[in-house]
Amino acid sequence: MGLLDITDLTVEFPTRRRLFVAVDGVSLDVQPGEIHGLVGESGAGKSTVGAAVMGLLDPPGRIASGNITFKNQQVSGLDDEAMRALRGRKISMIFQDPLTSLNPLLTIREQLTETIRVNLDVSAEDADKRARDLLDRVGIPDPDTRLDQYPHQFSGGMRQRVVIALALCSEPDVIIADEPTTALDVAIQAQILDLIRDLVDERRVGVILITHDMGVIADTTDRVTVMYRGKVVETGPTAKILSTPEHAYTQSLIAAVPRPHKKVHRFPRINYGGDDPDFAIEDLSRNWPQYDNVSGDPLLQVRDLTKRFVEKRSILPWGRRYFTAVDQVSFDIMPGEVLGLVGESGSGKSTVARMIAGLYKVDGGTVEFDGDLVSDLSNREVQRAYRQEIQMIFQDPFSSLNPRMRVDQIVAEPIRHHRLLPTVDIPVRVAELLDQVGLGAEARQKYPHEFSGGQRQRIAIARALATQPRFLICDEPTSALDVSIQAQILNILKDLQEHLGLTILFISHALPVVRQMCDRVAVMQRGKIVELEDSETLFTSPSHDYTKELLSLTPRTENMYERPGSEPK
Amino acid sequence: MLSYIFRRILQSILVLLVVGLVAFAMFTFIGDPIDNMLGQERTQDDIDRLRGELGLDQPFVVQYVKFILSALQGNFGVSYEQGRPVAQILAERAPATLELAAVSAVFALSLGVVLGVYTAIRRKGFVANLVLTLSLIGVSLPTFLIGILLIYLFSVQLDWLPSFGRGETVALGGWTTGFLTSSGLTALILPSITLGLYQMTLIMRLVRSEMMEVMRQDYIRFARARGLPERVITFRHALKNTMVPVITVTGLQLGSLIAFAIITETVFQWPGMGLLFINAIQFVDIPVMAAYLMLISVMFVGINLIVDLLYVAIDPRLRT
Repeated sequence: MGLLDITDLTVEFPTRRRLFVAVDGVSLDVQPGEIHGLVGESGAGKSTVGAAVMGLLDPPGRIASGNITFKNQQVSGLDDEAMRALRGRKISMIFQDPLTSLNPLLTIREQLTETIRVNLDVSAEDADKRARDLLDRVGIPDPDTRLDQYPHQFSGGMRQRVVIALALCSEPDVIIADEPTTALDVAIQAQILDLIRDLVDERRVGVILITHDMGVIADTTDRVTVMYRGKVVETGPTAKILSTPEHAYTQSLIAAVPRPHKKVHRFPRINYGGDDPDFAIEDLSRNWPQYDNVSGDPLLQVRDLTKRFVEKRSILPWGRRYFTAVDQVSFDIMPGEVLGLVGESGSGKSTVARMIAGLYKVDGGTVEFDGDLVSDLSNREVQRAYRQEIQMIFQDPFSSLNPRMRVDQIVAEPIRHHRLLPTVDIPVRVAELLDQVGLGAEARQKYPHEFSGGQRQRIAIARALATQPRFLICDEPTSALDVSIQAQILNILKDLQEHLGLTILFISHALPVVRQMCDRVAVMQRGKIVELEDSETLFTSPSHDYTKELLSLTPRTENMYERPGSEPK
Repeated sequence: MLSYIFRRILQSILVLLVVGLVAFAMFTFIGDPIDNMLGQERTQDDIDRLRGELGLDQPFVVQYVKFILSALQGNFGVSYEQGRPVAQILAERAPATLELAAVSAVFALSLGVVLGVYTAIRRKGFVANLVLTLSLIGVSLPTFLIGILLIYLFSVQLDWLPSFGRGETVALGGWTTGFLTSSGLTALILPSITLGLYQMTLIMRLVRSEMMEVMRQDYIRFARARGLPERVITFRHALKNTMVPVITVTGLQLGSLIAFAIITETVFQWPGMGLLFINAIQFVDIPVMAAYLMLISVMFVGINLIVDLLYVAIDPRLRT
């Protein structure tokens, strides 16, 4: 018997049309001092397992059958009040997004002491002291000042530490961590995972770590359970599952993780029971303008690019304070080249992209595209031509498409705006574009909400291609997607680049992805480029300390690839 | 923070100057005051003399500055109709309207927030749905009809409450109040319900939808996962987060309670500023209209300033 035992758990969501079984006969257990990983793609039902244990299933969801026991005491089927007594006191939960899991209007002290006093019978002073100790324990420096601050005054990583402190308020025996590091970049992710590991070793708590990231699983967990469409496909010690996965789904899931240590031609896709239409990007080059990519001059020249944001407003000039987000950044991109831009969040990489795209005004320096000065936004002639030649693909496929427009309107809009085709020819072109990114003709009449995240990103790519651009800026195009979808999208981008001779600025914090995608890589830290190197050189022999640090922080997944037969076709 | 308050105050002053311009322009463009003041038997000499005495021969800008300066000192001129200083007339009428508006605002806000929270938590309950349905009727009926219905029911049929007037009032310095006598208090009930009903339903529906939105947020889920009781989650975590939009609307609505008390005051023969304004329009009493306009705009601007400061007090993210 473990600390927490889940036996044959089935969770149903009755909908108007049919009964949706989100979790189907799942069994797993957690022992004290153990991290049990629960891995699968989005929609696999792994978060639902966590919510069921906490008694926090969103209505109309309900536990249809099965048992959850905590220290041999029945948990499933308890009434609300008994469940509430268990929550927080014995079983805690950590959520994915540290930006939204804290109440923005209450100080950290208020949120901590409130939780402590609800769960433990202590005086106000003791609760206060405990709050301070907890912040200290989760590694927040200067807890006395920090206690009286509000969540928005903390960075993402620090907030997740506060969330963990809140989960620890009452000395729980089990913590359910639902994607605790998905919203964080790689350096912070490593710190948070270390913190969780320390807590497990020190306090002998049991943790269920829910994630879609095989790297996190390999790095942190003792045992792992793989879920696919509500069912457990495989379970066992992490080392064994990673080295000799038995189930075909586990095998393809492991194979789909981008490799940090080796360059391959295409990203391996998950080819298990999926519906992943392959498509021919060759068609696209038919009516694509041919550009001379061999002239030897760079397509884009960035010189001393600088951006300052106002940190503190004041009427008096000497009272104002500025924050330099981008500090004299210079680089060239050759025609047909893919340049990677990496760095942790806040390093200024997205700001560089936005200045190049003309979405931010530059505070210093120049951007030249094909010999034209494009950083001067007042030159309308140049801007008009430039905006047709460059297109951008954003990180979040959910907010970058207008929810009130049909897909055909979304893709046609750039064509109409730049008056590239007579109106009668537009539908044909739109159909062609959608076809080329692997979306069928029926997609045209639908609205964005009817598509999955990966499909939406395809729509965004079709929209970007609509003006037949020469230069594409991809700002974390796959960070919001599952590993299998990520492979599909990256393959599309790679094909586009090869067949159309596109020049791409590829921004990402995922180093393995950057290695597969890019010819050269620039590493940014605090607004400056610290290293700009040929991609192979950078990954095999980094010269700058920060680059070495970034590379060392990437989850160590090398052992996942030792197994023969895991090579993609 | 200080510069924020400073900027808001500067903006408020600018708004007031513009409203002052509109109020002042009424004198120049709506009829000629000389015509109103001198009778039929006037000579060109009389006209010129009075024009000089009143300073009407001076340039527009000079007159405007004079108007603003005297308005700052509380001097709005003399009512054409009553022949008394406008400031004095307004001071007599203002307490009635302000007391009515205050009682309506308290009624609308307290009941609106309570019912809003209730209907949000008991989303599927019978009482909650009944309240929502009734509130729809409250919004769709015009104010004067509600007033007449209330008078018919509570004054004519049941004879519980007075149907018009303020009842007995007590003078406290320059302020006459109806709060200190029982007839004054009973006289307030029907008009304040009539005036506040629309605002009450509006606030209730706003609190309800904001509340339902907030209850879906991650930090509410996380608060539940930490084992906090529902009462704490509802009133401490959720309600506070609904307050910013509620304060915005309440601020604007409080202003309109004062400005648009006209209909309610007419129905209940309430001796307030609204009734005064209606009379002023009938007699083309421009000084009264101008002063009323200025007074209302000062109140609107003042309330909005307070609303802006309340935002900052509630939401720490705005304190930069």
